[in-house]
Amino acid sequence: MTTAAKIPSAESASSRLQIVEKAFDVEKVRRDFPILSRDVRGKKLVYLDNAATSQKPRAVIDAISRYYEEGNANVHRGVHFLSEHATGEHERARRTVQKFINAPHANEIIFVRGTTEAINLVAQTYGRTHVGAGDEVLITAMEHHSNIVPWQLLCEEKGAKLRVAPINDKGELMLPEFEKLLGPRTKIVAVAHVSNALGTVNPLARIVELAHRRNIPVLVDGAQAVPHMKVDVQALDCDFYTFSSHKMFGPMGVGILYGKAALLEAMPPYQGGGEMISSVTFEKTLYNKLPFKFEAGTPDVSGAIGLGAAIEYMNEIGIDRIAEYEHELVAYATQKIPSITGVHLIGTAQERAGVISFVIDRIHPHDIGTILDQEGIAVRTGHHCAQPIMQRFGIPATARASFAFYNTKEEVDALAQGILKVKEVFA
Amino acid sequence: MADLRDLYQEVILEHSKAPRNYRELAGANQHAEGYNPLCGDHFTVYLNVDGDSIRDITFQGSGCAISKASASMMTQALKGKSKAEAQKLFERFHKLVTTGEANGDRPELGKLAVFSGVSEFPVRVKCATLAWHTLQAAIEGKQDPISTE
Repeated sequence: MTTAAKIPSAESASSRLQIVEKAFDVEKVRRDFPILSRDVRGKKLVYLDNAATSQKPRAVIDAISRYYEEGNANVHRGVHFLSEHATGEHERARRTVQKFINAPHANEIIFVRGTTEAINLVAQTYGRTHVGAGDEVLITAMEHHSNIVPWQLLCEEKGAKLRVAPINDKGELMLPEFEKLLGPRTKIVAVAHVSNALGTVNPLARIVELAHRRNIPVLVDGAQAVPHMKVDVQALDCDFYTFSSHKMFGPMGVGILYGKAALLEAMPPYQGGGEMISSVTFEKTLYNKLPFKFEAGTPDVSGAIGLGAAIEYMNEIGIDRIAEYEHELVAYATQKIPSITGVHLIGTAQERAGVISFVIDRIHPHDIGTILDQEGIAVRTGHHCAQPIMQRFGIPATARASFAFYNTKEEVDALAQGILKVKEVFA
Repeated sequence: MADLRDLYQEVILEHSKAPRNYRELAGANQHAEGYNPLCGDHFTVYLNVDGDSIRDITFQGSGCAISKASASMMTQALKGKSKAEAQKLFERFHKLVTTGEANGDRPELGKLAVFSGVSEFPVRVKCATLAWHTLQAAIEGKQDPISTE
């Protein structure tokens, strides 16, 4: 009668994962990603660097090829058939993104190059008009460099101050400290939805509520969230939400800035050029309406179409099913990997997604990465563009395994085997 | 296929675990910081230079097995050498870790020849040469930390 209770938790995580894996049919999903069947260094590829960039399903690759083979033309320019068609596809992709994050209006979806550009856009437009000398920008200690440096540049230019809300030893935002840092001079809060280095999921609803109580807008870096969970910008009530296509199975070079229409309307343009204007004379230029005001120059049409195809692909599988499967996969890895002697997780937040970061006693992450690579296992090693996090934990770097819904229990086991190999080399 | 044992030779592993001359140098009259932003490796090389002669050399910092062992063995190889000899040895070492070829340089390279396997792992060349670049900066009296990127 008591045997069930005695099963160690790693065992139950393993058996739970096996059940979910079967229901999810991960092998069928894997066949949709051509690259996953290739070998690397004579071994089967185990791709665990999804937080750096994800792989692309056939549907995305085909959508991009089809656009260039059958539909290529510049958008919003010509009266001819192909231009009209390309414009239609580009705008259809915008509506697909709109529905994906449940934005109220399609014109609140701005195509940019990626999360980094989206954050820079807001810092250089909203930031430059609202942040002045002595004002403050509040971020957290777990931000990616791309959600630190744009604000530093702004603060330097304006004589404003960058404030940083601390994290605890588990890698969780310390909410009471965060709240204390919200002051009368705070002009904007910029925070990651999910930490790229630790996997921590931030309590966004609470963060937004605390900021809004003081009429402070909130920008969210959602790059590491959208591949893993349902994002609803209206439910979150955040003012800006940013993410990259390439981390969510779409092509590189395209990303999204969502902003509330009222804020976007009031912001000055970011870059000048074609498409963002409605009329130009040497005396005065009238800017185009949203979203085009922020889309100067010819956009990456194939990128937008590829992102649209990635979203449609994810929708077909079901975001909730993806989240459920990954939850079990990460739970299994979270138990399996640190059960190896000498291996320690960095970032043990209650709420995590997509990532496990780890160190091994007396072995530098760079050496871990090289040895795992010889086994065909791709992980990221280093500071993950989040050096302040490394300083917070007093380490130079970590090894990071980051997951997507096409990863398997077998691959987590391969990683565990690889880690044993690392330890063997350094024994 | 590149063999891990070519890279992680026993001598290299041993030096990485117990680096030699691993301390701040009390009588140092030159030093420089070197940094590899890719992996966070960070070393300071201290020199006591008398005219043209490297009387003493030590290092401190953190890094991977390759960078640490390389720094350790560099300090052993350079004590008592002239600046010109140090520069010449760096050239030979650089050729070794980028091409794997020692050829006629083997006698001068001595123990440093164990780093020939690095050439099979191009991303690790920066690890093997970080301490040497830092040494060069120290000799040239550079004030700003040098970076491999």
